[in-house]
Amino acid sequence: MAFTEADVLAGLAEIVAEETGLPADSVTSEKSFTDDLDIDSLSMMTIVTHAEDKFSVTIPDDEVKNLATVGDAVTFITGAQA
Amino acid sequence: MTNVRDVVVTGLGATTPLGGDVASTWAAALAGESGARTLDNDWAETYGMPVNFAATIKVKPEEVLARPEMKRMDPSAQYAIIAAREAWADAGSPELDGDRIGSVVSSGIGGIWTTLDAWDTLREKGARRVLPMTVPMLMPNSPTAYVSLEFGARAGAHALVSACASGAEAIAYGVEMIRSGRADVVIAGGTEATVHPMPISAFAASRTLSLRNDDPAGASRPYDVDRDGFVIGEGAAVVVLEAADHAAARGARVYARVAGLGLTADGYHITSPEPTGAGQIRAMGAALEDAQVTAADVVHVNAHATSTVVGDLIEARSVSAVVGSAADRVALSATKSMTGHLLGGAGALETVFTVLAVHHRQAPPTINVANPDPELTLDLVRDTPRALPTGDIAAINNSFGFGGHNVALVVTNA
Repeated sequence: MAFTEADVLAGLAEIVAEETGLPADSVTSEKSFTDDLDIDSLSMMTIVTHAEDKFSVTIPDDEVKNLATVGDAVTFITGAQA
Repeated sequence: MTNVRDVVVTGLGATTPLGGDVASTWAAALAGESGARTLDNDWAETYGMPVNFAATIKVKPEEVLARPEMKRMDPSAQYAIIAAREAWADAGSPELDGDRIGSVVSSGIGGIWTTLDAWDTLREKGARRVLPMTVPMLMPNSPTAYVSLEFGARAGAHALVSACASGAEAIAYGVEMIRSGRADVVIAGGTEATVHPMPISAFAASRTLSLRNDDPAGASRPYDVDRDGFVIGEGAAVVVLEAADHAAARGARVYARVAGLGLTADGYHITSPEPTGAGQIRAMGAALEDAQVTAADVVHVNAHATSTVVGDLIEARSVSAVVGSAADRVALSATKSMTGHLLGGAGALETVFTVLAVHHRQAPPTINVANPDPELTLDLVRDTPRALPTGDIAAINNSFGFGGHNVALVVTNA
């Protein structure tokens, strides 16, 4: 089953909310993980681990540094689905 | 012995099988309640575990902590941070130079939930699913590190480990930090979160746990002739230790003094206490000498007394040897009868009880002693609290651990 971009955004928002304590509806596409959501590298890797599990994708370490915003991550995960 | 800074207790915190804070825990202890209960899960059935009860924490951390905090901490650190926050608030939340604040919070076992959860994840889902926070959550210094982070305690953060003596050893080290001039204030205590099927099965395998599945509340019965082992418990207790002059200068409320420390090792057996109690006697003797009090000053002993057949009596003989002819004046309490055995948290929780006993002049009871062991010659406080005398008094808190660790702390009135 492929996830749509909306599915991925909703699922990712849940993961981020769980990790940060922010409300899920504040985790929107334009938000920067570091600047807006105050996510450090360890938390980012935690989010990546949960996202890989949830969406059955692999997000290579080299790719993580390119995921500046929530939208970047949504686009990458949606595209990475088999 | 001159110029050694007196160390007092100015804050107390706990989350235990009896209550989510010190007040509820102390009230339940004075009322003689048991924190042991049947487990609300299927571990006994699923794993063939011979024990289906434990002294589980009364107030779950999810009722107190925010979810992101929960996810960054092993339960052992969660309990510690809950207790530390209470203790710090109880001390008046002083605004101090963090370079002069220390943290010494120990666990006997460490982050075993995290360790085993990560192992399960690895086996079921592979290495890529193991969470990045696994190491900082499982490391045994995690609770003390989180306490250091929370309060900006930068004089040093330590986690001394000595199995079931860990919590008392942490407090002893905290006292030493102040005496040596490294810190003015130390947040010290112990924590444990081992109500998990693996450690329960492992303790059961060593034949040290009570198997009284049909009567959890009656299972921890130190000094009773029908005692059959300890009841595993969980939780944390933390004290704020402070240099007496520092506490006086800021007008802090003082509960009691931690006046004497005695730490020895049996060097005898990895689990069995040395039968003559020589190491325990040396620890108590050293603590009394350090406190500059004599056996005649001792009015109360909070025993390690875990409800094992062998251990309880060795300790009772050791205490008798130390207090000698003063034994008639000593009110002996075995509070594990109510709390179960918090392992690395036990020595800290029992220090809190000892401090409160001295402060309120009230020794907590020992429950479940239907038929006292005839070899016990000490005056056991049974079922209801006992008033302690007025004037200058001293109390001993004993904590012993697998590995032959003996820690005795002497608490005196402020």
